[in-house]
Amino acid sequence: MEDFQFASILVSTIRYAPVLIFAALAGLFAERSGVVDIGLEGKILASAFVSAGVAYTYQDPWIGIAAGILASVALALVQAFVSITQKGNQLVAGIAINIAMSGLTFVVAQYFFQQGGRTPDLGEARLSTVVLPGAELVAGVPGLGWFWTRLVGGHSPLVYFAFALLPIVHWVLFHSRFGLRLRACGENPHAADAAGISVQRTRYTAMIIAGVLCSFSGAYLSIVQSGFFLRDMSAGAGYLALTALVFGNWRPLHTVLGCLMFGFFAALQIQIEGVDLPVVGRIPGSLIQMIPYIVTVVVLAGLMAKSVAPKALGKPFVKSR
Amino acid sequence: MKTTELPRWASGFVLPVLNLLSALLVSALVIHLLGESPVESLQILVNSAVINPEGLSYTLFYASTFVFTGLAVSIAMKAGLFNIGAEGQMYLGGLGLTLAMLSFDATLSAWLLIPLAIVASALFGAAWAFIPGYLQARRGSHVVVTTIMFNFIAAGLMNFLILKMVPEGDQNPASRVFTDAAAIPQLSTWLPFFGENTPLNLAFLLALVALVIYWVAVSRSSWGYQLQATGLNAHAAHYAGVRISRTIIVTMLISGGLAGLAAVNSILGSTHYLSLNFPAGAGFIGIAIALMGRQHPVGILLSAVLFGALIQGGFDLSLEKPNIPQETFIFIQGLIILFCGAMENMYAPAVLKLINATRRKG
Amino acid sequence: MQPAVEFRNISKAFGPVQANADVSFSIAKGSIHGVIGENGAGKSTLMSILYGYYHADSGQLVINGAEQKIRSSQEAIGLGIGMVHQHFMLVENMTVLDNVMLGTEGGFKLSKKRAETEAKLREICTRYRLDVDPLAVISDLSVGAQQRVEILKQIYRSAEILILDEPTAVLTTQEIASLFDILRLFKEQGKTIILITHKLGEIMEITDQVTVMRAGRVAGAVATRDTSKEQLANMMVGRPIEGNLPRTPHAPGAPVLQVEGLELKDANGVQLLADIALTVHAGEIVAIAGVSGNGQSELMEILSGMRLPTAGNVAMEGQPLPFAGRSNADGLPATFRKLGIGHVPEDRLRDGVIKDFSVMQNTVFGYQDRVTKGMGLFDFDAIAKRCAHLLEAFDVRPKDPNVRIGLLSGGNQQKVVIAREVSAAPKLMLVGQPTRGVDIGTIESIHTQLLRLRDEGVAILLVSTELEEVRALADRIVVMSGGRVTGELHIDEFDTTRIGLLMGGMHKS
Repeated sequence: MEDFQFASILVSTIRYAPVLIFAALAGLFAERSGVVDIGLEGKILASAFVSAGVAYTYQDPWIGIAAGILASVALALVQAFVSITQKGNQLVAGIAINIAMSGLTFVVAQYFFQQGGRTPDLGEARLSTVVLPGAELVAGVPGLGWFWTRLVGGHSPLVYFAFALLPIVHWVLFHSRFGLRLRACGENPHAADAAGISVQRTRYTAMIIAGVLCSFSGAYLSIVQSGFFLRDMSAGAGYLALTALVFGNWRPLHTVLGCLMFGFFAALQIQIEGVDLPVVGRIPGSLIQMIPYIVTVVVLAGLMAKSVAPKALGKPFVKSR
Repeated sequence: MKTTELPRWASGFVLPVLNLLSALLVSALVIHLLGESPVESLQILVNSAVINPEGLSYTLFYASTFVFTGLAVSIAMKAGLFNIGAEGQMYLGGLGLTLAMLSFDATLSAWLLIPLAIVASALFGAAWAFIPGYLQARRGSHVVVTTIMFNFIAAGLMNFLILKMVPEGDQNPASRVFTDAAAIPQLSTWLPFFGENTPLNLAFLLALVALVIYWVAVSRSSWGYQLQATGLNAHAAHYAGVRISRTIIVTMLISGGLAGLAAVNSILGSTHYLSLNFPAGAGFIGIAIALMGRQHPVGILLSAVLFGALIQGGFDLSLEKPNIPQETFIFIQGLIILFCGAMENMYAPAVLKLINATRRKG
Repeated sequence: MQPAVEFRNISKAFGPVQANADVSFSIAKGSIHGVIGENGAGKSTLMSILYGYYHADSGQLVINGAEQKIRSSQEAIGLGIGMVHQHFMLVENMTVLDNVMLGTEGGFKLSKKRAETEAKLREICTRYRLDVDPLAVISDLSVGAQQRVEILKQIYRSAEILILDEPTAVLTTQEIASLFDILRLFKEQGKTIILITHKLGEIMEITDQVTVMRAGRVAGAVATRDTSKEQLANMMVGRPIEGNLPRTPHAPGAPVLQVEGLELKDANGVQLLADIALTVHAGEIVAIAGVSGNGQSELMEILSGMRLPTAGNVAMEGQPLPFAGRSNADGLPATFRKLGIGHVPEDRLRDGVIKDFSVMQNTVFGYQDRVTKGMGLFDFDAIAKRCAHLLEAFDVRPKDPNVRIGLLSGGNQQKVVIAREVSAAPKLMLVGQPTRGVDIGTIESIHTQLLRLRDEGVAILLVSTELEEVRALADRIVVMSGGRVTGELHIDEFDTTRIGLLMGGMHKS
C-alpha cells in the first residue's frame, strides 16, 4: 500500500478536472438555453488541434488559445444554425460534428505537420505554472508546504481559470439579466417570447459562449497537459462532461463537483494500476476506466425522475401565434 | 416546412441526393485545400473500389459489415430511437462469437460452428442493447446518452477481457487464432472473378438476406407496422393498442443483435481472432448509412456499398496521396451525417418552389 | 364617461370560417364585463384581436376614447391592456419575482432592480389582497396561486384593462371565491375587467354587464341585474334545434356499459373527474353534452383504455374492465378493442390516424393483428379488398387507398376513422366530436351512419359540444360540467334553456 499516494491522486484530480469543467460549463450554457449540445467532443478536438498547431507555429501559447477559440466558435455556429434556424435534429447535428472533427483534425494535422496526424511538441511554448506568493517560504514545512506548493499552487493558469469560472458562471446564470433570459428560453420559450425576448438570439448567444468555453478544454488538453495534439485525444471527455451536467442537475456547482468526481476516478485509475489492494488484489486499469460511465448509467437510470433537465431542452422553438 | 407537402419521389429521392451531393461538395473543397485534385482523387477511388475486381470484392466485404450496422441503427430509428451504441454492440457481438469459437472450434465442424457464431454474436449484441432499451422504456433515460456510455463501457470491458485472452508469449493484443473450421467460406471460391483470397465471404449473402427480412418485417408485418407507428406518433400508437414499452425494448434487442452480427463478417471473414477495437468505427458508419439510406433496404444497401467503396478506395488513395489519409473519410462520414441527418430538409423549400413553378407552367 | 373599450364592427375570418362578424359593443370603465358563449362563438378571437395577437379584417378598436391599431401584444400592454391566458406563461422553476422581471429587468445586474421590484410586488399584493409571496417558486404554488401571479404580472405592468380567459376552469370553489374578491377590489380601484367564460353562475355573481356571443355575432348585451340565467342560456344557445333525421323509436336493449363512481385525479392531485355514473344500453345513443374542458375528454380516454382512472368501476356487458392491478395503460386499448369497444377519438390527428401512413394502412390502425395470415405477415389481399369496400361504402374521396391520409380533408379523414371502427363490429362505440373540422355535407352522412349503427343494436356513447348534433342523435343526454355529471335527460325532455343551465354548471338540484 506504500505505492498508494493519496496526495498525488488529489493533485492529479485537480490537474484533470479542468478538461471536463470547461466542457461541462460550455454544455451548461447551451442546454440551459434549450439546445442539446452533444457536439462538445468535436469542439474539444477542434480547439485542441488548432491551439496546439497555432501555438507551435507562432511559438506562443496565448495566440494558440485565441485561435482555438475561433475554431470552436465556428463549430458552435454551425451547430446553432442547424439546431435553431433549420430546426434540425440536435442530437444528429452534435454526433455529426464529433465524427467530422475526429477525422478532420487528423487530416489537417497531417497536412501541416507531417507527423502522423499530430502536432509537434510545444517544448517551451507552453503556459508556465503559477507559483503562489510565499511558496519558497513554506516549501520546507511538512503538510502545509505540499498544500501550498503542489495542491493549491503550482498549476497552470488555465486550472485557476477553470475553477474561477464556477463563481462567474453561477453569477451570470442567476444574477444577470442575460442569465435570467437564457434560463427562461430553456424552460418555457413561449413565456420568454411573450415577454418580448428573442429566443433565437438568446440561444445563438448561448451557443457562442459554449463554443468559447469549450475551446479552453481543448487548449488545456493539448497545450497544458501533453504539449501536443494527438488523434482523438479527447477520449470521450465531451460525453463525460455531459454526464457531469446530468449528474449535477444542470447546476454549476454540482456540475463542477461531478467533473471533480470523474477527475478523481481518472487519477485513481493511473495510481491503482499495478497496486495490490487488500482483498481484491490488482484491479486492472481498464475496469476502473469503466467506472465513470457506469456511474453515468446509474445516474440516468435512478435519477431520471428527479434529474430535472431544462424543460424545453431539445425542442426547436416555433412561435405559436 | 413539412416534407409531407412534397411528393414522395421528391422527399424520398431528390432530397437525399441533394444532401449527399452537398456533403461531397464540401469534401471536394477540403481535398482541394489539401493540395490535391478532387477529380483525380475520385478517379483513384473509383478505380480501386469499383473497377478493380479485387478492390470491388473488398468494397463488398466492408459493405457486408456496414449493412448490418446500418440495419441496426435503421430499425431503432423506425421506432423513434437513436441507437448510437452499435459500435459497442458489435464489439460485444465479437465477444460472444469468440467465446463460442474458442470453446468449440476444435470439436465441431464448420456446419455447426458458423450458425453457432451467428447466434452467439447476435445474442451478445442484443444483450448489450438491453439495458439502454429497458431504461428508455421504463425510466425515460434517453437512449442516446446511455448507448454512448455503453460504448465506453464496452471499450473498457473488452480491453480487460481481450488482454486476458492473449495466448502465452504473444505480443498481439488479441485472442488466439481460430481453427480453420471456424472460417466462413469465401465467395472467391465460387466467383474467381474477385481474385484469390479476398475476404468477401458468405456473410455478404447473409447481409442480403437480412435486408430482405428487414424489408418484409418492417413493411409487411403487423409488428413492423406497430414499430413504425411508435416512431411516427407514439400517442396514436398507444390508441391503436401498441405496447410501447415492450416495443422499445424488443426493438433495441433486435438492433443490438443486428449490430452483433456485423462481427461475423469482420472476424470470421477476415482476421479469425478477436482483436482490440476491431469494429474500427463500423457502428458509427452505421449511423451515417441509416440516415443516408433513409432506413429503406435499398437505400441501406446502396449506402453501405458507397461507404465500403470509400473505405477501400480511401485506403488505396491514402497510399498514393499521403495528404489524403484514411481519416479523411471519417470526416466525410461526419459531413454525410450532418447533411443527410440534421439538415435533411434544408433544400425542401427550394425543391417545393421548383415543383410548383414547373407545375404551373405545365 | 367614455367606455374603456369599444368594439366597432369588428370582423375576422380564418379562411372559410367567419370567427367574428360585425361585432359591436362597449365595455364601461371600472366595471366587470362578462363575455359569454359556447365553443366557437368567437369570444377568444375577439379578445385576441384586442390583445394584438390577430388583426381584425375590418372594424375599429377604441380604447379610452381614442381609436387604436393594436399590432402586437407589446402595443396592447403599452395601452394598459393585460391578458391572463388559460395556459399560463410562467417559467415553473423560477420565483414569482423572476417571472415578473422577465423582459423588464432594467439592467445587466439583476440585483439593482430586484429589491425595488420585490417591494412593488408586495405593495400590489397587499393592496389587492393577492396573497402571493414574490420569493415563492412557481412550481410550489397551487394553480389558483399561479393564476394570481399572472394577474400580478399584468398589474405590475400597469394594466388598467384586464382580460381573463376562462379563469375558473382550473380553480377549486374556494379559489374561485378568492379570485372574485380580488376582481371586486380591482373594480373599486377603477380597473376594467373583461371576463370570458361559459359559466352562467359566475356571470350572475360577479359581472355588471354581459355580452352574449353566438356564431361570431353578438346575440345580446344586457346589464346583469336586468337578466337571468335562463335568459342568458337562451341567448347563448339561441336557435331552435330540430332533430330532422329519421330514426326508429328508442327501444334500448340490455345495458352494455355501466360506469359507477368514476374518479380521476391528475399528477398534481387536481380532481379531473368526480363521481361519474352513467349507463349505455344496446341500441341507444347517449350523448355527453357540455363545453369542452369539463372532463369529457378524460372520460373517453378512460373508457377507451388510454388512461387509468384513480377510482371507480366500469363494466362492459357485465364484466369489469381490466383496470385493476395495472400501473399504466400501456397496451390496454388493444384489450378493450378485443372486448368490443370501438373508439372514434376527438383528436384524430393526434390519436386516431398516422398522418404519414396511407389511407389503406390507416384502415387497419388498431386492428393490425386481425388482418394477418401466417407469421404475423399482413394479408394484403384481404386488406386491400376490405379497404376498397370501406372507401366505397363510406364515400371517401379521393378513393385512392395509397394516398397519405394527411393529404385528405378533415371530413374524409374522419370517414376513414369511422369506417374502420364500424367495420370492426363493436358492441360499444365511443365517439368524440365526430364532426369537428368536417364539412357540412359530410356531417349529415356521419350522423346517418351513427343512427344506422344505433338501429342495428350498437351502444353508442357520444361526446359533442354541438347541441344540434346532440339533438339530432341522442336518445338520452348526460350533461357534464366541472368534471361531474350535472344532469341527465331523455331526448323528449330536451330543453335548450335547461341544457344551457346544466352546461353552465348549474346542478339539476
